[in-house]
Amino acid sequence: MDPFTTHTGRAVPLRRSNVDTDQIIPAEYLKRVARTGFADGLFRAWRNDPAFVLNDPRYDGATVLVAGPDFGTGSSREHAVWALQDYGFRAVVSPRFADIFRGNALKGGLLPVELPDDVVASLQDIVEADPDAEVTVDLVDRVVRAPGLDAAFVIDDYTRWRLMEGLDDIGLTLRNADDITAYESRRANWMPVTN
Amino acid sequence: MSQTLAEKVWAAHLVRSAAGEPDLLYIDLHLVHEVTSAQAFEGLRVAGRQVRRPELTLATEDHNVPTTPGPIVDLVSRTQVETLRHNCEEFGVRLFPMGDDGQGIVHVIGPQLGLTQPGMTVVCGDSHTSTHGAFGALAFGIGTSEVEHVLATQSLPLQRPKTMAIEVTGALPAGVTAKDLVLGIITQIGTGGGQGHVIEYRGEAIRGLSMEGRMTVCNMSIEAGARAGMIAPDATTFDYLKGRPHAPQGADWDAAVAYWQTLVTDDDAVFDKVVHVDATALSPWVTWGTNPGQGAPLSGRVPDPRDSSDERALAYMDLTPGTMLHDVAVDTVFIGSCTNGRLEDLRAAADVLRGRQVAPGVRVLVVPGSVAVKHDAEAEGLHEVFEAAGAQWRGAGCSMCLGMNPDKLDPGQRSASTSNRNFEGRQGPGGRTHLVSPPVAAATAITGRLTAPADL
Repeated sequence: MDPFTTHTGRAVPLRRSNVDTDQIIPAEYLKRVARTGFADGLFRAWRNDPAFVLNDPRYDGATVLVAGPDFGTGSSREHAVWALQDYGFRAVVSPRFADIFRGNALKGGLLPVELPDDVVASLQDIVEADPDAEVTVDLVDRVVRAPGLDAAFVIDDYTRWRLMEGLDDIGLTLRNADDITAYESRRANWMPVTN
Repeated sequence: MSQTLAEKVWAAHLVRSAAGEPDLLYIDLHLVHEVTSAQAFEGLRVAGRQVRRPELTLATEDHNVPTTPGPIVDLVSRTQVETLRHNCEEFGVRLFPMGDDGQGIVHVIGPQLGLTQPGMTVVCGDSHTSTHGAFGALAFGIGTSEVEHVLATQSLPLQRPKTMAIEVTGALPAGVTAKDLVLGIITQIGTGGGQGHVIEYRGEAIRGLSMEGRMTVCNMSIEAGARAGMIAPDATTFDYLKGRPHAPQGADWDAAVAYWQTLVTDDDAVFDKVVHVDATALSPWVTWGTNPGQGAPLSGRVPDPRDSSDERALAYMDLTPGTMLHDVAVDTVFIGSCTNGRLEDLRAAADVLRGRQVAPGVRVLVVPGSVAVKHDAEAEGLHEVFEAAGAQWRGAGCSMCLGMNPDKLDPGQRSASTSNRNFEGRQGPGGRTHLVSPPVAAATAITGRLTAPADL
């Protein structure tokens, strides 16, 4: 995973709530066995609509998505994160994320930033009024900045450290392999096995 | 110290707990299917890692599987299934492939085999893993990176979730099912209502449910945004498990039951959030929108939109506020899925369809959740009831719950579906989905309009 410290880019306002993972990447695209190449499937059905915000050329090259509440509900598909990253997004801002989506995003280094409804609405107003407005998502200082906006967000110290260092969770866990072995020696012998 | 059920199961699986770090939790059972595992196995291969505990891992083919006889025609689907087979062979994971008597939807086969037991931690790269919480297990969906993590370490670093009680008071009225109950709950608390929480379903109506009904309720916990849903194990749970292939036997059974009986929320334990639901106020329920929180009593009307999300949903669904829901015509009925594809669900649908005919022009798919469910249903003659009524009796798989196999809606088609998601395009691009219970699906098949059995 690439480290994430601070990112500055332009932002897309996605004024929709309950953007589920079937909208982010439809099931048809989940048949693939690779981790990359999902950008063409991102918001596939909506991109057929010329009025959809991602089809607005003023937002070409934007790297921050500013969405309504309950972003990423539904399926556990990590492909949703891969599709957003393949398209070029580095961070998603929303008043509320679905738990599994948030977890997947943090694994892959796509920063999910939770801000209050009114702050997200202000940010959407700012980038709607000026699509060239630069938005900074600063993980070091835990703050989002845009012209006329300076909003602190919450992220726990451990997650922030892991993202800033770009650390692989499996490697971190395997540092404690002895603890896993010790736990296994304590498990009840009647616990089921699959073979 | 007093603990909730979820807190007890969490504490019993702590591998490591250190200040300032997520807890490291041991995973007792890891279920795997073809869609979310390929990139995880590839990650192991690249890093030169093995599956730490293949005997705590079980794989099946479900999402891409056609429910009519014959091989997978779609080349991309076939490659994905073949990739799973190759990975399971290389890493020593037991697999139930298409055509095997053990094959079925991942969340149907775990309980059916007796692999899902109270107090366990169960994960799968699939959000409906919450189903297994019906046994008092802590069960939740994970992403592919976490699948790789569990394969490599049999553990997961996790932030401790909050706890939430849904207290269902009173008994469900006659004709009201577990599906109506959970749809009613999601309508009440919304798709984000459970976010960050593990829900424990409690109360008289929950205790009165069969294991199949409890699985239906826990299955849709994710639709309320919850990390997991749980129900404390009781005699209903133990009766269901006893004698199943992977359930403990003899003295082990006694030891297991003695432990399982401790898996209840202590009387003075405190939940972070408590919601009360009146079971007696529920009736057959149906969704009218494009998320599972947009639901209403089937006896009611399409509601006026409250916000832009509702307006968008009504436009997508091509519905006008004020329309009686029982006047909404469908062209497809789907009975199946990990929500409602078990034997009890098929019996409930057959009871409505017996001696009746499907309305002309309505396509009705009845899809058992596993090959074992299919065999059990056929032993009771249920397939004859469905076929005599004009429904299609299919093979086991995820089928029309999601658009990954040949069972789909065409653009503009409308279904009554016993599955779990009514998202835009979920059952096929441009398709429109109304979530319902198996009896309502069957009654709808007969009239061609959304219908409760009592109104036949």
